[in-house]
Amino acid sequence: MEKIIKGKAFVLGNNIDTDQIIPAEHLVYSMTDPEEIKKYGHFAFSGVPASQAGLPQGGVQFIEGENHISEFSIVIGGANFGCGSSREHAPFALQVAGVKAIVAESYARIFFRNSVDGGFLLPYETPVKLNDKIKTGDELEIEVASNILKNVTTGESFNLRALGDILPIIEAGDIFKYARQSGMLA
Amino acid sequence: MSMTITEKILAKASGRRKVDPGENVWLDVDVLMTHDVCGPPTIGIWKREFGKDAKIWNKDKLVIFPDHYIFTKNPQANRNVEILREFAKEFNVQNYYDVGTERYKGVCHIALAEEGYNIPGTVLFGTDSHTCTSGAFGMFSTGVGNTDAAFILGTGKIWEKIPQSLKFTFEGKLPAYLTAKDLILKVLGEITTDGGTYCALEFDGDAVFDLSMDERMTLTNMAIEAGAMNGIIAADAVTEAYVKRRTNKSYEIYNSDADASYKSKFVIDASKLEPSVAKPHSPDNYDSVRNVKGTKLTKSYIGSCTGGKLSDFISAAKILLGQKVKIPTFIVPASTSVAQQLDEETISGITLKQIFENAGCAIAQSSCAACLGGPMDTTGRAVDGETIISTTNRNFPGRMGSKKSAVYLASPLTVAASAINGVITDPRDFL
Ligand code: SF4
Repeated sequence: MEKIIKGKAFVLGNNIDTDQIIPAEHLVYSMTDPEEIKKYGHFAFSGVPASQAGLPQGGVQFIEGENHISEFSIVIGGANFGCGSSREHAPFALQVAGVKAIVAESYARIFFRNSVDGGFLLPYETPVKLNDKIKTGDELEIEVASNILKNVTTGESFNLRALGDILPIIEAGDIFKYARQSGMLA
Repeated sequence: MSMTITEKILAKASGRRKVDPGENVWLDVDVLMTHDVCGPPTIGIWKREFGKDAKIWNKDKLVIFPDHYIFTKNPQANRNVEILREFAKEFNVQNYYDVGTERYKGVCHIALAEEGYNIPGTVLFGTDSHTCTSGAFGMFSTGVGNTDAAFILGTGKIWEKIPQSLKFTFEGKLPAYLTAKDLILKVLGEITTDGGTYCALEFDGDAVFDLSMDERMTLTNMAIEAGAMNGIIAADAVTEAYVKRRTNKSYEIYNSDADASYKSKFVIDASKLEPSVAKPHSPDNYDSVRNVKGTKLTKSYIGSCTGGKLSDFISAAKILLGQKVKIPTFIVPASTSVAQQLDEETISGITLKQIFENAGCAIAQSSCAACLGGPMDTTGRAVDGETIISTTNRNFPGRMGSKKSAVYLASPLTVAASAINGVITDPRDFL
């Protein structure tokens, strides 16, 4: 895993539910077929109302045209990110779209778990509200070792909450790979 | 060193002296529970990851209850039970309660309590969001996805983030016209469906400790409706008596320290509350029965893990004794043991079963039934255009079947009173 996660910010509001992340009608695609998987990336965040997509202005396309990978790879959310159903497709779709990390004030528990245990992305928590301080398109850097988020565009820095025991799971790949590496599993 | 009850149990299960909210820790799991909907995919992931030599970490700690889609002709549903049956046979899982046999129990969360799997101080995970029900026994219990369950199945371990706690103290005496359902609907109205996200909901106060175990489970059951990780009530003499009748396993009682820290604390005078409903289409859409009385209904439903326990039927029978229902009314005992007790418990010398039959109710076999809609041939399933009053725990669009139906959640007293009049009715009119 990269030691510094670099990317452009895509900023969203509170209560981004799993239907906004990947609408239920798109859950039909295979999660193993390399071609079909791209659909998940293509439809990632397609349920977010246009006015809320890419704050502060909104109206920003997360995915351009027929792409399945976004130009934005760090998502800045508000409170209760990933609420709604327990679908594992949600963090998966964001991973396919190239999202490496989310920074939010809080997460719905099952989304958080699925993100980590499936090894899809890094769900960082911020102790302070950031979706009104960072703008969509800002260039960001997250230093994983120190949990510091740097806004390269503005020069500001923020401390994120440490990932603690779950970082090694994400570094290993997923919960099963982690357990094998750490000798928990043969 | 002060900690809440949830923190103390998780500290013990992670082998630490102290844990703090926000920390991620690895836990030793005491019991893993699964059922017919999530059991098969969990077994699938477990086999994929652990291969031919896949081993269950501890067979005694795995408990499987088919309960969701049971009395149906739906082929996929029946195939799921078949997968569980073969798995139990192949791996010699003793704690498998197969449908169609004398061992069949009914709804998992109630069966866990009845069969002595709920032990104060322990840690229980289940592939069902209402696994938080077991927290009524002073233990930690919560739901997980299939990947996590597969991991537990192979290792007996799982990581969890230590939750912050919210404390709800219900003071005073609960009046005869209220039940635990009125209390939890009030909580949900206050904090909404995300007010407990990633938190523990701790229930305390005289009005809570006056409740039977059945009623306490109604409180913890609906913690997930606030997005909470777990609901919890410290064990007391009532808990100990219940547990000792069902198992001789040892247990440990934990209590929150007086100076433990909470995200927030609520103090509610139980004696001042009113009969409550959650209006369509969300469990936090709180109102008093007084404000919605007279709403026309097409059906009433008393059942599920939250509203189909013996205490729920005793409440309903008190109101239905000597009365007739005006609308189709379904009685769905959560477990086979509850069903049997309907035949044994009496009010004024008449069994509960007789009271319901005389009132014109339909009594169904124990299972989840229409609580989550289910296959088209499920008893009590909601159809288009219906307005239902139900003792269940969720009223999201389509939850009980048709997306074009509306569901009010209420206590068994309110549901029974409403069944008699065919419109939403205050139970005080019959008490
Ligand atoms: S009775 Fe309803 S809430 Fe309870 S386990 Fe069954 S489906 Fe879930």
